[in-house]
Amino acid sequence: MGIVVVGLSHKTAPIEVREKLNFPENTLPDSLRKLMEYEGIRESLIVSTCNRVEIYASVQDSAQGIDRIKQFISEYHGLPREALEQSLYVYPDAQGVRHTFRVASSLDSLVLGEAQILGQLKDAFDIALKTKTTSTILNKLIKKAISVAKRVRTETRLAEGAVSISSAAVELAKKIFGDLNGKNVMLLGAGEMAELAAQHLLGNGVKNIMVANRTFERAEELAKEFKGDAIRFEHFPDALLMVDILICATGAAHYVVKRDMVSRALKERRNKPIFMIDISNPRNIDPEVDKIDNVYLYDIDDLQSKVNVNTEGRAKEAEKAEEIVTQEVETYLQWERALDAVPTIVDLREKVEDVRKRELEKALGSLNGISEDQKRAVDLMSQSIVNKLLHAPLVVLKLAASSPDSGDNTIAIARRLFNLDKELKRPGHKKAVEPDTAAIPDESRESKSKCR
Amino acid sequence: MNLLFFQVATGAYLAAAAGYISYMFKPDKKWVSRASLWATVAGFLCHIAYFSVRWHEAGRIPITNFFEAANFLGMGIIFVFLVMEFRFKIAALGSFMLPLVVILMVPVLILSGDIKELNPVLKSGWLGVHTSLAVLGDAAFAFACIVSIMYLIQERQLKAKHLGAIFHRLPSLDIMDTLSYKALTLGWPLFTLGMITGSIWANSAWGSYWSWDPKETWSLITWVIYLVLLHLRTIGWRGRKMAFLSIVGFVFVLVSFFVISRVNMGKHTF
Repeated sequence: MGIVVVGLSHKTAPIEVREKLNFPENTLPDSLRKLMEYEGIRESLIVSTCNRVEIYASVQDSAQGIDRIKQFISEYHGLPREALEQSLYVYPDAQGVRHTFRVASSLDSLVLGEAQILGQLKDAFDIALKTKTTSTILNKLIKKAISVAKRVRTETRLAEGAVSISSAAVELAKKIFGDLNGKNVMLLGAGEMAELAAQHLLGNGVKNIMVANRTFERAEELAKEFKGDAIRFEHFPDALLMVDILICATGAAHYVVKRDMVSRALKERRNKPIFMIDISNPRNIDPEVDKIDNVYLYDIDDLQSKVNVNTEGRAKEAEKAEEIVTQEVETYLQWERALDAVPTIVDLREKVEDVRKRELEKALGSLNGISEDQKRAVDLMSQSIVNKLLHAPLVVLKLAASSPDSGDNTIAIARRLFNLDKELKRPGHKKAVEPDTAAIPDESRESKSKCR
Repeated sequence: MNLLFFQVATGAYLAAAAGYISYMFKPDKKWVSRASLWATVAGFLCHIAYFSVRWHEAGRIPITNFFEAANFLGMGIIFVFLVMEFRFKIAALGSFMLPLVVILMVPVLILSGDIKELNPVLKSGWLGVHTSLAVLGDAAFAFACIVSIMYLIQERQLKAKHLGAIFHRLPSLDIMDTLSYKALTLGWPLFTLGMITGSIWANSAWGSYWSWDPKETWSLITWVIYLVLLHLRTIGWRGRKMAFLSIVGFVFVLVSFFVISRVNMGKHTF
């Protein structure tokens, strides 16, 4: 019985391969059910995002499980196994636990510390829960992974500081305005970068976007996309009166936004601050503008250097996060060992009780004419012999369950010594634990990303 | 026994100040900021206890000399801080407010806390009204000043494009600008009322509303500065210049409080 993770990510496979092995969300329940038909797969969960495709499973035997999962991937996608081998990684048992925690904590992400992956993991878990392909082991694993991720988030600064140009712009905007709700944004020029930044701002509460472009049609097109207004390029200096955030990327070879223009606008808007982002090359906003009070001008280099600082900061925090993961893996394994010990103890008790009853019947059958009191005495004697003999092994098993030593194989030895696996095969030992989804807060659920 | 409350209060504020400052540098330790907040609350309760006991012992509101006024000012600042902290949850405020209060309290600790007999001329209901209004006005100005300092730090960093560790802890410029303005619109009317009631009191005690006592003159200057400041705000000044002016205004308050009251020979000398 163990956990295995089989999958591929941006680290092992290019996007072309990841696309081919993707499991679309709407057919995920089907995929899960198909996977469950493979021998030895007890529980399963599929995480499929732009950056990773991973199968988490609890299996009877790790090596066999890995083999079956690979088989499943190959058959499901109709690809030969040899073609998969080189992009797939495999994490059995303790490594699997560690990998799960690292993924949830965003230590394995392309952008360290990004929050989306946790939401994606929760979504995948939700689907698996609904399809009823998870049970005790995976439920525990994923819930633990979510709590580890939370711990990493609160105890380290892994997710702190923007690490992309547009999120850096949003972060700065928030430092100036606080709430971006109700702020007016103007896109000057309609480049891709400007669009990306605008999208980010929209995702952070901005409602009104104006677009000004040399070709008015393009402005209208983009305005439609953002449900904003298009304005004629000549009119933009007047519109500055209303603008709180200006994103400039016109592609002009000279300064488009000049100091006196901004001074005038600021006077008219009674010095309400303006945040200007110049992402054009060459620059379109006269750097002199930055000298005006209540105007904050950032060009692409300013934003990039902020991003660089933050990226380095995250790498440093990742070390702390790895330590937390290591600790948590240990606690998890301890729980798992305890879980292994319980059925062993039950099996052992049942087997011994079985033997006792059988032998007792035989004995009582050959002892004719003894009284009820005497019968009870014999019964009691057999019970106490059994209990006395079992006492030491049970204590040792319970100890092994809570032992921090992961190499402890007491349980396996006990099963062998008492021959528990061959004779006493009783199905239905696994208690189905009711999945408790209510315990999973959904703060990062909204971040259902589409690969762009 | 009585002074013990005061010492405990000061100690609690000192601990809170240290906690808040260390929280600025180690923001992953949330409990530090929470503990600091509770230390402040505990300190404030002791402070109130001290104030009440002293009031009872003196048989009059204890805002009659420098020791008592400074003590009351500290209490007022903490009160304003707690209201703002519970309302806006800006832990960074504590890192600036608490040290100010500690600075204010420590010299008070050194001074004699003896209860002195009050000049019978001054015994009047106006005593409490005038002094508490004036000091509460000062507390609001102190808050505005602190927030303005925070504003200037953040503004400086944004302009310089150098975003230090402190940057992530400070609230947005907009909030700080609003908070400082709110504090001013609260402080100025209080201060004005303090001056009016003081004048009425002066009339009943000395028979004249205004006598160009140095403290009066200085307070008038301070009052005008804040008036100008509020006016400039309504015609569209904001941001850095306002923050700067607010700090200048508070410097006048401090001078009035610590210098004018102690060196001149007028009736405000204590």
